[in-house]
Amino acid sequence: MTASSRLGRWLPPRLWVFVAILAMLALAALLAPWVAPQSPEAQNLLGRLRPPGTEVRGITYLLGSDELGRDLLSRLIYGAQVSLTVAALSVLVSGTIGTALGMIAAWSGGWTSTIIMRLVDIVLSVPAILLAIITVAILGPGFINVIAVLAFTRWPRYARVAYGQTLGLMNLPYVRLSRFMGASTLRVLSRHILPNIIGPIMVVVTLEFGLMVLFEAGLSFLGLGVQPPTPSWGAILSAGRNYVTTAWWIAVFPGLFLFLLILSVNVLGDHVRDVVEGRR
Amino acid sequence: MSRFLARRLMQAVISILGVTALIFFLQRLAGDPVLLLVSEGASQQAIDALRANLGFDRPVLVQFTEYMSDLARFDFGQSVVQQVPVVDIIGSRLPYTIWLAGVALLLALGIGAPLGVFMAMRRDHPLSRLGMGFVLAGQSLPTFWSGVLLILLFAVTLGWLPASGARETQSVILPAICLSLLSMATFARVTRTAVLDELSKPYIRAARAKGLSMGQAVRRHALRNSAIPVISIAALEIANLLSGAVIVETVFAWPGLGQLTIQSIAARDFPIVQAIVLLGAFVSIFLNLAADLLYSAVDPRIRLEGDN
Repeated sequence: MTASSRLGRWLPPRLWVFVAILAMLALAALLAPWVAPQSPEAQNLLGRLRPPGTEVRGITYLLGSDELGRDLLSRLIYGAQVSLTVAALSVLVSGTIGTALGMIAAWSGGWTSTIIMRLVDIVLSVPAILLAIITVAILGPGFINVIAVLAFTRWPRYARVAYGQTLGLMNLPYVRLSRFMGASTLRVLSRHILPNIIGPIMVVVTLEFGLMVLFEAGLSFLGLGVQPPTPSWGAILSAGRNYVTTAWWIAVFPGLFLFLLILSVNVLGDHVRDVVEGRR
Repeated sequence: MSRFLARRLMQAVISILGVTALIFFLQRLAGDPVLLLVSEGASQQAIDALRANLGFDRPVLVQFTEYMSDLARFDFGQSVVQQVPVVDIIGSRLPYTIWLAGVALLLALGIGAPLGVFMAMRRDHPLSRLGMGFVLAGQSLPTFWSGVLLILLFAVTLGWLPASGARETQSVILPAICLSLLSMATFARVTRTAVLDELSKPYIRAARAKGLSMGQAVRRHALRNSAIPVISIAALEIANLLSGAVIVETVFAWPGLGQLTIQSIAARDFPIVQAIVLLGAFVSIFLNLAADLLYSAVDPRIRLEGDN
Protein backbone atom coordinates (compact mmCIF):
# COMPACT_ATOMS: atom_id res chain seq x y z
CA MET A 1 0.00 0.00 0.00
CA THR A 2 1.38 3.42 -0.91
CA ALA A 3 1.73 6.16 1.65
CA SER A 4 -0.84 8.41 0.00
CA SER A 5 -3.57 5.80 -0.05
CA ARG A 6 -2.89 4.99 3.57
CA LEU A 7 -3.29 8.67 4.37
CA GLY A 8 -6.44 8.67 2.23
CA ARG A 9 -7.96 5.90 4.30
CA TRP A 10 -7.14 7.61 7.56
CA LEU A 11 -8.21 11.02 6.31
CA PRO A 12 -10.33 10.95 3.11
CA PRO A 13 -9.29 13.48 0.42
CA ARG A 14 -12.60 15.35 0.68
CA LEU A 15 -11.51 16.45 4.16
CA TRP A 16 -8.10 17.78 3.14
CA VAL A 17 -9.45 21.21 2.31
CA PHE A 18 -10.70 21.57 5.91
CA VAL A 19 -7.33 20.49 7.27
CA ALA A 20 -5.74 23.09 4.99
CA ILE A 21 -8.04 25.85 6.27
CA LEU A 22 -7.29 24.94 9.89
CA ALA A 23 -3.56 24.76 9.22
CA MET A 24 -3.55 28.14 7.48
CA LEU A 25 -5.45 29.84 10.30
CA ALA A 26 -3.24 28.21 12.93
CA LEU A 27 -0.09 29.25 11.06
CA ALA A 28 -1.42 32.79 10.60
CA ALA A 29 -2.09 33.00 14.33
CA LEU A 30 1.31 31.56 15.24
CA LEU A 31 3.29 33.72 12.82
CA ALA A 32 1.09 36.82 13.08
CA PRO A 33 3.93 39.32 13.65
CA TRP A 34 5.67 38.10 10.47
CA VAL A 35 2.76 37.47 8.11
CA ALA A 36 0.51 40.42 8.98
CA PRO A 37 1.21 43.19 6.45
CA GLN A 38 0.62 45.95 9.04
CA SER A 39 0.41 46.39 12.77
CA PRO A 40 -3.19 45.55 13.81
CA GLU A 41 -3.40 48.79 15.77
CA ALA A 42 -1.70 51.19 13.35
CA GLN A 43 -4.24 53.86 12.49
CA ASN A 44 -4.20 55.86 9.30
CA LEU A 45 -6.82 58.57 9.13
CA LEU A 46 -6.22 59.10 5.41
CA GLY A 47 -7.05 55.47 4.76
CA ARG A 48 -10.36 55.16 6.56
CA LEU A 49 -13.02 52.72 5.27
CA ARG A 50 -11.11 51.86 2.08
CA PRO A 51 -12.53 48.92 0.11
CA PRO A 52 -10.49 45.73 -0.39
CA GLY A 53 -7.51 46.14 -2.69
CA THR A 54 -7.12 49.91 -2.30
CA GLU A 55 -3.66 51.41 -2.05
CA VAL A 56 -3.04 54.49 0.08
CA ARG A 57 0.49 55.93 0.22
CA GLY A 58 2.16 52.64 -0.54
CA ILE A 59 0.02 50.59 1.87
CA THR A 60 -2.25 48.08 0.16
CA TYR A 61 -5.38 47.17 2.08
CA LEU A 62 -5.98 43.64 0.77
CA LEU A 63 -9.25 43.19 2.64
CA GLY A 64 -9.94 46.90 3.06
CA SER A 65 -9.55 49.13 6.11
CA ASP A 66 -11.77 49.94 9.07
CA GLU A 67 -13.16 53.16 10.50
CA LEU A 68 -9.78 54.14 11.95
CA GLY A 69 -7.84 53.24 8.83
CA ARG A 70 -6.46 50.02 10.31
CA ASP A 71 -5.67 47.18 7.92
CA LEU A 72 -8.50 44.64 8.20
CA LEU A 73 -6.41 41.65 7.08
CA SER A 74 -3.81 42.33 9.78
CA ARG A 75 -6.51 42.66 12.42
CA LEU A 76 -8.09 39.40 11.30
CA ILE A 77 -4.71 37.60 11.44
CA TYR A 78 -4.17 38.81 15.01
CA GLY A 79 -7.83 38.00 15.70
CA ALA A 80 -7.09 34.37 14.80
CA GLN A 81 -4.60 34.41 17.68
CA VAL A 82 -7.29 35.50 20.14
CA SER A 83 -9.88 33.08 18.79
CA LEU A 84 -7.64 30.01 18.76
CA THR A 85 -5.89 30.77 22.06
CA VAL A 86 -9.12 31.35 23.96
CA ALA A 87 -10.73 28.24 22.47
CA ALA A 88 -7.67 26.04 23.10
CA LEU A 89 -7.16 27.24 26.67
CA SER A 90 -10.81 26.97 27.65
CA VAL A 91 -11.04 23.47 26.18
CA LEU A 92 -7.83 22.54 28.03
CA VAL A 93 -9.03 23.93 31.38
CA SER A 94 -12.61 22.63 31.19
CA GLY A 95 -11.43 19.29 29.80
CA THR A 96 -8.88 18.77 32.57
CA ILE A 97 -11.22 19.80 35.38
CA GLY A 98 -14.23 17.97 33.94
CA THR A 99 -12.33 14.74 33.26
CA ALA A 100 -10.74 14.74 36.70
CA LEU A 101 -14.04 15.39 38.47
CA GLY A 102 -15.86 12.79 36.39
CA MET A 103 -13.23 10.13 37.19
CA ILE A 104 -13.25 11.05 40.88
CA ALA A 105 -17.07 10.90 41.00
CA ALA A 106 -17.11 7.43 39.46
CA TRP A 107 -14.20 6.15 41.54
CA SER A 108 -15.31 7.35 44.96
CA GLY A 109 -19.07 6.84 44.62
CA GLY A 110 -21.31 7.78 47.54
CA TRP A 111 -21.76 11.42 48.47
CA THR A 112 -18.82 12.71 46.47
CA SER A 113 -20.33 11.21 43.37
CA THR A 114 -23.84 12.51 44.12
CA ILE A 115 -22.62 16.05 44.71
CA ILE A 116 -20.39 16.21 41.63
CA MET A 117 -22.91 14.66 39.26
CA ARG A 118 -25.80 16.77 40.61
CA LEU A 119 -23.69 19.86 39.98
CA VAL A 120 -23.12 18.58 36.44
CA ASP A 121 -26.89 18.31 35.90
CA ILE A 122 -27.49 21.76 37.35
CA VAL A 123 -24.87 23.57 35.31
CA LEU A 124 -26.01 21.81 32.13
CA SER A 125 -29.63 22.75 32.76
CA VAL A 126 -28.90 26.46 32.28
CA PRO A 127 -28.67 27.36 28.58
CA ALA A 128 -24.91 27.66 28.04
CA ILE A 129 -24.89 31.08 26.41
CA LEU A 130 -27.03 32.55 29.22
CA LEU A 131 -24.77 31.08 31.89
CA ALA A 132 -21.71 32.43 30.10
CA ILE A 133 -23.31 35.87 29.81
CA ILE A 134 -24.28 36.12 33.47
CA THR A 135 -20.91 34.91 34.75
CA VAL A 136 -19.05 37.31 32.49
CA ALA A 137 -21.38 40.08 33.67
CA ILE A 138 -20.41 39.22 37.25
CA LEU A 139 -16.67 38.72 36.69
CA GLY A 140 -16.27 41.45 34.11
CA PRO A 141 -14.90 41.00 30.58
CA GLY A 142 -11.28 40.32 29.62
CA PHE A 143 -9.03 37.60 28.24
CA ILE A 144 -8.56 35.51 31.43
CA ASN A 145 -12.16 35.98 32.56
CA VAL A 146 -13.54 34.76 29.25
CA ILE A 147 -11.47 31.58 29.51
CA ALA A 148 -12.57 31.10 33.14
CA VAL A 149 -16.21 31.60 32.20
CA LEU A 150 -16.06 29.20 29.26
CA ALA A 151 -14.27 26.58 31.36
CA PHE A 152 -16.84 26.95 34.14
CA THR A 153 -19.74 26.66 31.70
CA ARG A 154 -18.43 23.62 29.81
CA TRP A 155 -16.61 21.29 32.27
CA PRO A 156 -19.76 19.20 32.94
CA ARG A 157 -19.75 17.90 29.36
CA TYR A 158 -16.38 16.21 30.02
CA ALA A 159 -17.35 15.12 33.52
CA ARG A 160 -20.39 13.25 32.21
CA VAL A 161 -18.35 11.34 29.63
CA ALA A 162 -15.46 10.62 32.01
CA TYR A 163 -17.92 9.44 34.68
CA GLY A 164 -19.67 6.98 32.41
CA GLN A 165 -16.45 5.67 30.88
CA THR A 166 -14.75 5.24 34.26
CA LEU A 167 -17.72 3.35 35.69
CA GLY A 168 -17.43 0.93 32.80
CA LEU A 169 -13.71 0.31 33.39
CA MET A 170 -13.53 0.29 37.19
CA ASN A 171 -14.39 -3.35 37.69
CA LEU A 172 -12.39 -4.81 34.83
CA PRO A 173 -9.92 -7.46 36.04
CA TYR A 174 -6.74 -5.49 35.27
CA VAL A 175 -7.95 -2.48 37.25
CA ARG A 176 -8.96 -4.64 40.19
CA LEU A 177 -5.65 -6.46 40.09
CA SER A 178 -3.81 -3.17 40.15
CA ARG A 179 -5.78 -2.02 43.22
CA PHE A 180 -5.27 -5.41 44.85
CA MET A 181 -1.53 -5.04 44.38
CA GLY A 182 -1.62 -1.82 46.30
CA ALA A 183 -1.62 0.89 43.63
CA SER A 184 -2.82 4.25 44.91
CA THR A 185 -6.02 5.83 43.60
CA LEU A 186 -4.00 8.47 41.75
CA ARG A 187 -1.90 5.79 40.10
CA VAL A 188 -4.86 3.66 39.04
CA LEU A 189 -6.76 6.64 37.67
CA SER A 190 -3.82 8.12 35.81
CA ARG A 191 -2.12 4.94 34.59
CA HIS A 192 -5.02 2.57 33.96
CA ILE A 193 -8.24 4.55 33.59
CA LEU A 194 -7.20 7.79 31.89
CA PRO A 195 -5.41 6.24 28.88
CA ASN A 196 -8.51 4.16 28.19
CA ILE A 197 -11.04 6.99 28.33
CA ILE A 198 -8.99 9.54 26.41
CA GLY A 199 -10.62 8.56 23.08
CA PRO A 200 -14.18 9.51 24.04
CA ILE A 201 -12.81 12.61 25.82
CA MET A 202 -11.06 13.68 22.61
CA VAL A 203 -14.38 13.36 20.79
CA VAL A 204 -15.89 15.85 23.26
CA VAL A 205 -12.82 18.09 22.79
CA THR A 206 -13.31 18.28 19.01
CA LEU A 207 -17.02 18.98 19.40
CA GLU A 208 -16.42 21.59 22.07
CA PHE A 209 -13.59 23.41 20.29
CA GLY A 210 -15.87 24.80 17.57
CA LEU A 211 -18.40 25.80 20.19
CA MET A 212 -15.74 27.65 22.19
CA VAL A 213 -14.66 29.58 19.08
CA LEU A 214 -18.30 30.52 18.56
CA PHE A 215 -18.82 31.49 22.22
CA GLU A 216 -15.69 33.64 22.34
CA ALA A 217 -16.77 35.46 19.19
CA GLY A 218 -20.34 35.77 20.49
CA LEU A 219 -19.20 37.28 23.80
CA SER A 220 -16.87 39.69 21.99
CA PHE A 221 -19.70 40.58 19.63
CA LEU A 222 -21.86 41.49 22.64
CA GLY A 223 -18.98 43.54 24.08
CA LEU A 224 -18.43 41.02 26.90
CA GLY A 225 -15.31 39.31 25.58
CA VAL A 226 -11.70 40.29 25.05
CA GLN A 227 -11.61 44.06 25.17
CA PRO A 228 -10.45 46.49 22.46
CA PRO A 229 -7.97 47.41 21.10
CA THR A 230 -7.10 43.67 21.09
CA PRO A 231 -8.59 42.52 17.78
CA SER A 232 -11.20 39.79 18.20
CA TRP A 233 -13.30 38.62 15.24
CA GLY A 234 -16.56 39.05 17.13
CA ALA A 235 -15.72 42.59 18.18
CA ILE A 236 -14.52 43.59 14.68
CA LEU A 237 -17.76 42.23 13.22
CA SER A 238 -19.80 44.09 15.81
CA ALA A 239 -18.06 47.39 15.05
CA GLY A 240 -18.51 46.73 11.33
CA ARG A 241 -22.28 46.63 11.69
CA ASN A 242 -22.30 50.42 11.99
CA TYR A 243 -20.75 50.70 8.53
CA VAL A 244 -22.67 47.93 6.84
CA THR A 245 -24.18 50.29 4.24
CA THR A 246 -20.88 51.97 3.35
CA ALA A 247 -18.14 49.46 4.18
CA TRP A 248 -19.58 45.92 4.07
CA TRP A 249 -16.14 44.27 4.26
CA ILE A 250 -15.58 45.12 7.93
CA ALA A 251 -18.51 42.95 9.05
CA VAL A 252 -18.36 40.32 6.30
CA PHE A 253 -14.73 39.14 6.44
CA PRO A 254 -14.43 38.41 10.19
CA GLY A 255 -17.65 36.40 9.97
CA LEU A 256 -16.30 34.49 6.96
CA PHE A 257 -13.08 33.61 8.82
CA LEU A 258 -15.15 32.53 11.82
CA PHE A 259 -17.49 30.43 9.67
CA LEU A 260 -14.60 28.68 7.90
CA LEU A 261 -12.84 27.93 11.18
CA ILE A 262 -15.95 26.54 12.89
CA LEU A 263 -16.98 24.59 9.78
CA SER A 264 -13.54 22.96 9.49
CA VAL A 265 -13.44 22.07 13.17
CA ASN A 266 -16.96 20.60 13.01
CA VAL A 267 -16.33 18.54 9.88
CA LEU A 268 -13.04 17.16 11.19
CA GLY A 269 -14.62 16.63 14.61
CA ASP A 270 -17.37 14.51 13.07
CA HIS A 271 -14.68 12.49 11.33
CA VAL A 272 -12.73 11.99 14.56
CA ARG A 273 -15.91 10.82 16.25
CA ASP A 274 -16.62 8.32 13.49
CA VAL A 275 -13.07 6.97 13.71
CA VAL A 276 -13.08 6.70 17.52
CA GLU A 277 -16.50 5.11 17.62
CA GLY A 278 -15.36 2.65 14.97
CA ARG A 279 -17.95 3.52 12.36
CA ARG A 280 -15.29 3.48 9.64
CA MET B 1 -45.05 4.94 34.50
CA SER B 2 -45.78 6.78 37.73
CA ARG B 3 -42.36 5.94 39.18
CA PHE B 4 -40.60 7.17 36.07
CA LEU B 5 -42.71 10.31 36.15
CA ALA B 6 -42.04 10.91 39.85
CA ARG B 7 -38.30 10.41 39.48
CA ARG B 8 -38.11 12.69 36.47
CA LEU B 9 -40.17 15.41 38.22
CA MET B 10 -37.94 15.10 41.28
CA GLN B 11 -34.86 15.65 39.11
CA ALA B 12 -36.43 18.75 37.57
CA VAL B 13 -37.25 20.20 41.00
CA ILE B 14 -33.69 19.58 42.22
CA SER B 15 -32.32 21.21 39.08
CA ILE B 16 -34.49 24.28 39.59
CA LEU B 17 -33.44 24.65 43.24
CA GLY B 18 -29.84 24.04 42.27
CA VAL B 19 -29.81 26.62 39.49
CA THR B 20 -31.38 29.20 41.78
CA ALA B 21 -28.74 28.58 44.43
CA LEU B 22 -25.97 28.53 41.81
CA ILE B 23 -26.89 31.98 40.49
CA PHE B 24 -27.13 33.37 44.04
CA PHE B 25 -23.75 32.08 45.15
CA LEU B 26 -22.05 33.01 41.87
CA GLN B 27 -22.82 36.62 42.62
CA ARG B 28 -21.51 36.31 46.18
CA LEU B 29 -18.38 34.41 45.18
CA ALA B 30 -17.43 37.04 42.67
CA GLY B 31 -17.14 39.64 45.41
CA ASP B 32 -19.34 42.44 46.68
CA PRO B 33 -22.74 42.22 44.91
CA VAL B 34 -23.35 45.90 45.63
CA LEU B 35 -20.45 46.77 43.33
CA LEU B 36 -22.36 45.10 40.49
CA LEU B 37 -25.23 47.48 41.04
CA VAL B 38 -23.60 50.90 41.42
CA SER B 39 -22.21 52.97 38.61
CA GLU B 40 -18.44 53.25 38.35
CA GLY B 41 -16.99 55.98 40.52
CA ALA B 42 -19.83 56.01 43.06
CA SER B 43 -18.86 57.33 46.49
CA GLN B 44 -18.27 54.94 49.41
CA GLN B 45 -21.23 56.56 51.19
CA ALA B 46 -23.60 55.80 48.32
CA ILE B 47 -22.32 52.22 48.20
CA ASP B 48 -22.88 51.73 51.94
CA ALA B 49 -26.36 53.24 51.75
CA LEU B 50 -27.34 50.95 48.90
CA ARG B 51 -25.88 47.95 50.71
CA ALA B 52 -28.00 48.62 53.81
CA ASN B 53 -31.01 49.46 51.68
CA LEU B 54 -30.87 46.18 49.76
CA GLY B 55 -30.03 44.15 52.85
CA PHE B 56 -26.59 43.05 51.61
CA ASP B 57 -25.10 43.85 55.05
CA ARG B 58 -26.85 40.86 56.63
CA PRO B 59 -25.47 37.30 56.90
CA VAL B 60 -25.35 35.44 53.59
CA LEU B 61 -27.66 32.67 54.77
CA VAL B 62 -30.34 35.17 55.79
CA GLN B 63 -30.05 36.80 52.38
CA PHE B 64 -30.28 33.42 50.69
CA THR B 65 -33.45 32.41 52.57
CA GLU B 66 -35.09 35.69 51.70
CA TYR B 67 -34.00 35.43 48.06
CA MET B 68 -35.48 31.95 47.78
CA SER B 69 -38.76 32.88 49.47
CA ASP B 70 -39.09 35.94 47.21
CA LEU B 71 -38.58 33.79 44.14
CA ALA B 72 -41.15 31.28 45.36
CA ARG B 73 -43.64 34.15 45.25
CA PHE B 74 -42.43 35.17 41.77
CA ASP B 75 -40.93 38.31 43.24
CA PHE B 76 -37.80 39.01 41.22
CA GLY B 77 -37.15 42.32 42.93
CA GLN B 78 -36.89 45.80 41.51
CA SER B 79 -34.96 47.13 38.58
CA VAL B 80 -32.10 49.22 39.97
CA VAL B 81 -32.19 51.67 37.09
CA GLN B 82 -35.91 52.07 36.40
CA GLN B 83 -37.20 51.41 39.96
CA VAL B 84 -40.00 49.25 38.55
CA PRO B 85 -40.67 45.60 39.47
CA VAL B 86 -38.54 43.31 37.28
CA VAL B 87 -41.61 41.21 36.49
CA ASP B 88 -43.29 44.19 34.77
CA ILE B 89 -40.26 44.93 32.60
CA ILE B 90 -39.88 41.30 31.59
CA GLY B 91 -43.61 41.06 30.94
CA SER B 92 -43.45 43.95 28.47
CA ARG B 93 -40.59 42.36 26.50
CA LEU B 94 -41.55 38.69 26.65
CA PRO B 95 -44.25 38.78 23.92
CA TYR B 96 -41.65 39.97 21.37
CA THR B 97 -39.32 37.08 22.12
CA ILE B 98 -42.16 34.54 22.03
CA TRP B 99 -43.34 35.96 18.69
CA LEU B 100 -39.83 35.86 17.22
CA ALA B 101 -39.04 32.36 18.51
CA GLY B 102 -42.48 31.11 17.42
CA VAL B 103 -42.04 32.27 13.84
CA ALA B 104 -38.51 30.85 13.83
CA LEU B 105 -39.77 27.49 15.10
CA LEU B 106 -42.44 27.38 12.37
CA LEU B 107 -39.82 28.13 9.72
CA ALA B 108 -37.34 25.61 11.11
CA LEU B 109 -39.87 22.80 11.41
CA GLY B 110 -41.83 23.68 8.27
CA ILE B 111 -38.73 23.69 6.04
CA GLY B 112 -36.33 21.46 7.98
CA ALA B 113 -38.56 18.41 8.45
CA PRO B 114 -39.77 18.10 4.81
CA LEU B 115 -36.17 18.65 3.67
CA GLY B 116 -35.09 15.80 5.93
CA VAL B 117 -37.77 13.47 4.56
CA PHE B 118 -36.72 14.33 1.01
CA MET B 119 -33.03 13.74 1.79
CA ALA B 120 -33.89 10.31 3.22
CA MET B 121 -36.09 9.25 0.30
CA ARG B 122 -33.83 10.49 -2.48
CA ARG B 123 -30.37 10.06 -1.05
CA ASP B 124 -28.48 10.57 -4.29
CA HIS B 125 -30.55 13.40 -5.70
CA PRO B 126 -28.44 16.54 -6.31
CA LEU B 127 -30.86 18.50 -4.09
CA SER B 128 -30.15 16.06 -1.24
CA ARG B 129 -26.44 16.72 -1.53
CA LEU B 130 -27.17 20.44 -1.47
CA GLY B 131 -29.33 19.78 1.59
CA MET B 132 -26.48 17.98 3.37
CA GLY B 133 -24.24 20.94 2.57
CA PHE B 134 -26.84 23.24 4.12
CA VAL B 135 -27.05 21.04 7.25
CA LEU B 136 -23.27 21.21 7.64
CA ALA B 137 -23.10 24.96 7.01
CA GLY B 138 -26.15 25.72 9.15
CA GLN B 139 -24.48 24.15 12.17
CA SER B 140 -21.35 26.26 11.78
CA LEU B 141 -22.97 29.59 10.95
CA PRO B 142 -22.64 32.24 13.66
CA THR B 143 -26.01 34.03 13.89
CA PHE B 144 -24.34 37.42 14.23
CA TRP B 145 -22.75 36.87 10.83
CA SER B 146 -25.74 35.36 9.01
CA GLY B 147 -27.77 38.25 10.45
CA VAL B 148 -25.42 40.82 8.94
CA LEU B 149 -25.48 38.97 5.59
CA LEU B 150 -29.30 38.91 5.60
CA ILE B 151 -29.41 42.64 6.38
CA LEU B 152 -26.86 43.36 3.63
CA LEU B 153 -28.79 41.37 1.03
CA PHE B 154 -32.46 41.95 1.84
CA ALA B 155 -32.42 45.33 3.57
CA VAL B 156 -29.44 47.25 2.17
CA THR B 157 -29.04 45.91 -1.38
CA LEU B 158 -32.57 44.83 -2.32
CA GLY B 159 -34.47 47.03 0.11
CA TRP B 160 -37.25 44.45 0.49
CA LEU B 161 -37.41 44.17 4.27
CA PRO B 162 -36.70 46.37 7.29
CA ALA B 163 -33.21 45.83 8.76
CA SER B 164 -34.07 46.35 12.41
CA GLY B 165 -36.67 47.20 15.01
CA ALA B 166 -40.20 45.80 15.34
CA ARG B 167 -42.37 48.58 14.02
CA GLU B 168 -43.82 46.74 11.02
CA THR B 169 -45.30 43.27 10.75
CA GLN B 170 -42.68 42.14 8.25
CA SER B 171 -39.88 43.22 10.62
CA VAL B 172 -39.98 39.76 12.13
CA ILE B 173 -39.00 38.01 8.88
CA LEU B 174 -35.24 38.62 8.80
CA PRO B 175 -34.54 37.95 12.50
CA ALA B 176 -36.76 34.86 12.40
CA ILE B 177 -34.89 33.46 9.38
CA CYS B 178 -31.57 34.21 11.06
CA LEU B 179 -32.65 32.55 14.31
CA SER B 180 -34.18 29.53 12.56
CA LEU B 181 -31.21 28.43 10.39
CA LEU B 182 -29.44 26.36 13.06
CA SER B 183 -32.67 24.66 14.18
CA MET B 184 -33.67 24.12 10.57
CA ALA B 185 -30.40 22.27 9.95
CA THR B 186 -30.93 20.22 13.11
CA PHE B 187 -34.50 19.28 12.13
CA ALA B 188 -33.39 18.31 8.62
CA ARG B 189 -30.58 16.11 9.99
CA VAL B 190 -32.69 14.43 12.68
CA THR B 191 -35.65 13.85 10.35
CA ARG B 192 -33.37 12.38 7.67
CA THR B 193 -31.78 9.95 10.15
CA ALA B 194 -35.16 9.00 11.63
CA VAL B 195 -36.78 8.33 8.26
CA LEU B 196 -33.72 6.37 7.07
CA ASP B 197 -33.91 4.26 10.23
CA GLU B 198 -37.55 3.45 9.59
CA LEU B 199 -37.02 2.73 5.89
CA SER B 200 -34.53 -0.01 6.73
CA LYS B 201 -37.05 -1.89 8.86
CA PRO B 202 -38.89 -5.04 7.72
CA TYR B 203 -42.38 -3.56 7.86
CA ILE B 204 -41.49 -1.07 5.14
CA ARG B 205 -40.21 -3.90 2.96
CA ALA B 206 -43.47 -5.75 3.61
CA ALA B 207 -45.46 -2.67 2.65
CA ARG B 208 -43.40 -2.30 -0.52
CA ALA B 209 -43.79 -6.02 -1.26
CA LYS B 210 -47.56 -5.80 -1.12
CA GLY B 211 -47.31 -3.15 -3.82
CA LEU B 212 -47.17 0.29 -2.18
CA SER B 213 -44.99 2.83 -3.89
CA MET B 214 -42.06 4.33 -1.96
CA GLY B 215 -44.02 7.56 -1.43
CA GLN B 216 -47.08 5.71 -0.12
CA ALA B 217 -44.99 3.56 2.21
CA VAL B 218 -43.33 6.63 3.63
CA ARG B 219 -46.53 8.63 3.97
CA ARG B 220 -48.66 5.88 5.49
CA HIS B 221 -46.12 4.07 7.63
CA ALA B 222 -42.66 5.53 8.07
CA LEU B 223 -43.55 9.14 8.80
CA ARG B 224 -45.50 8.45 11.98
CA ASN B 225 -42.77 6.36 13.51
CA SER B 226 -40.01 8.73 12.52
CA ALA B 227 -41.93 11.62 14.08
CA ILE B 228 -40.97 10.43 17.58
CA PRO B 229 -37.36 11.68 17.67
CA VAL B 230 -38.34 14.82 15.75
CA ILE B 231 -41.01 15.77 18.31
CA SER B 232 -38.70 15.29 21.25
CA ILE B 233 -35.94 17.29 19.54
CA ALA B 234 -38.50 20.05 18.97
CA ALA B 235 -38.83 20.64 22.72
CA LEU B 236 -35.05 21.04 23.03
CA GLU B 237 -34.91 23.27 19.97
CA ILE B 238 -37.41 25.69 21.54
CA ALA B 239 -34.92 26.17 24.38
CA ASN B 240 -32.13 26.74 21.85
CA LEU B 241 -34.22 29.27 19.94
CA LEU B 242 -34.96 31.21 23.12
CA SER B 243 -31.31 31.44 24.17
CA GLY B 244 -30.21 32.09 20.58
CA ALA B 245 -32.51 35.12 20.68
CA VAL B 246 -29.99 36.94 22.90
CA ILE B 247 -27.64 37.48 19.95
CA VAL B 248 -30.20 37.66 17.14
CA GLU B 249 -32.21 40.34 18.97
CA THR B 250 -29.03 42.35 19.44
CA VAL B 251 -28.21 42.13 15.72
CA PHE B 252 -31.69 43.21 14.61
CA ALA B 253 -32.50 45.60 17.50
CA TRP B 254 -35.53 43.44 18.27
CA PRO B 255 -37.07 44.65 21.56
CA GLY B 256 -37.35 41.25 23.28
CA LEU B 257 -35.76 39.63 26.32
CA GLY B 258 -32.42 39.03 24.60
CA GLN B 259 -31.91 42.69 23.85
CA LEU B 260 -33.09 43.49 27.39
CA THR B 261 -30.41 41.17 28.79
CA ILE B 262 -27.60 42.96 26.99
CA GLN B 263 -29.02 46.42 27.75
CA SER B 264 -29.35 45.48 31.42
CA ILE B 265 -25.74 44.28 31.60
CA ALA B 266 -24.60 47.56 30.05
CA ALA B 267 -26.73 49.52 32.53
CA ARG B 268 -25.54 47.33 35.43
CA ASP B 269 -29.17 46.47 36.18
CA PHE B 270 -28.36 43.13 37.72
CA PRO B 271 -31.78 42.03 39.07
CA ILE B 272 -33.10 41.96 35.50
CA VAL B 273 -30.16 39.90 34.19
CA GLN B 274 -30.57 37.45 37.06
CA ALA B 275 -34.32 37.11 36.46
CA ILE B 276 -33.85 36.47 32.74
CA VAL B 277 -31.19 33.82 33.32
CA LEU B 278 -33.37 32.09 35.91
CA LEU B 279 -36.35 32.26 33.57
CA GLY B 280 -34.24 30.77 30.76
CA ALA B 281 -33.05 27.97 33.03
CA PHE B 282 -36.59 27.18 34.25
CA VAL B 283 -37.97 27.10 30.71
CA SER B 284 -35.12 24.89 29.57
CA ILE B 285 -35.56 22.48 32.50
CA PHE B 286 -39.29 22.36 31.83
CA LEU B 287 -38.79 21.70 28.10
CA ASN B 288 -36.28 18.94 28.82
CA LEU B 289 -38.82 17.37 31.16
CA ALA B 290 -41.52 17.75 28.51
CA ALA B 291 -39.26 16.12 25.91
CA ASP B 292 -38.63 13.13 28.18
CA LEU B 293 -42.32 12.73 29.05
CA LEU B 294 -43.35 13.09 25.42
CA TYR B 295 -40.79 10.53 24.43
CA SER B 296 -41.93 8.04 27.04
CA ALA B 297 -45.56 8.64 26.16
CA VAL B 298 -45.04 7.63 22.55
CA ASP B 299 -42.43 4.93 23.19
CA PRO B 300 -43.44 2.53 25.99
CA ARG B 301 -39.99 0.89 26.06
CA ILE B 302 -38.53 3.95 27.75
CA ARG B 303 -40.86 4.06 30.72
CA LEU B 304 -40.51 0.34 31.23
CA GLU B 305 -36.78 0.82 31.52
CA GLY B 306 -37.31 3.69 33.94
CA ASP B 307 -39.47 1.50 36.19
CA ASN B 308 -36.77 -1.04 36.80
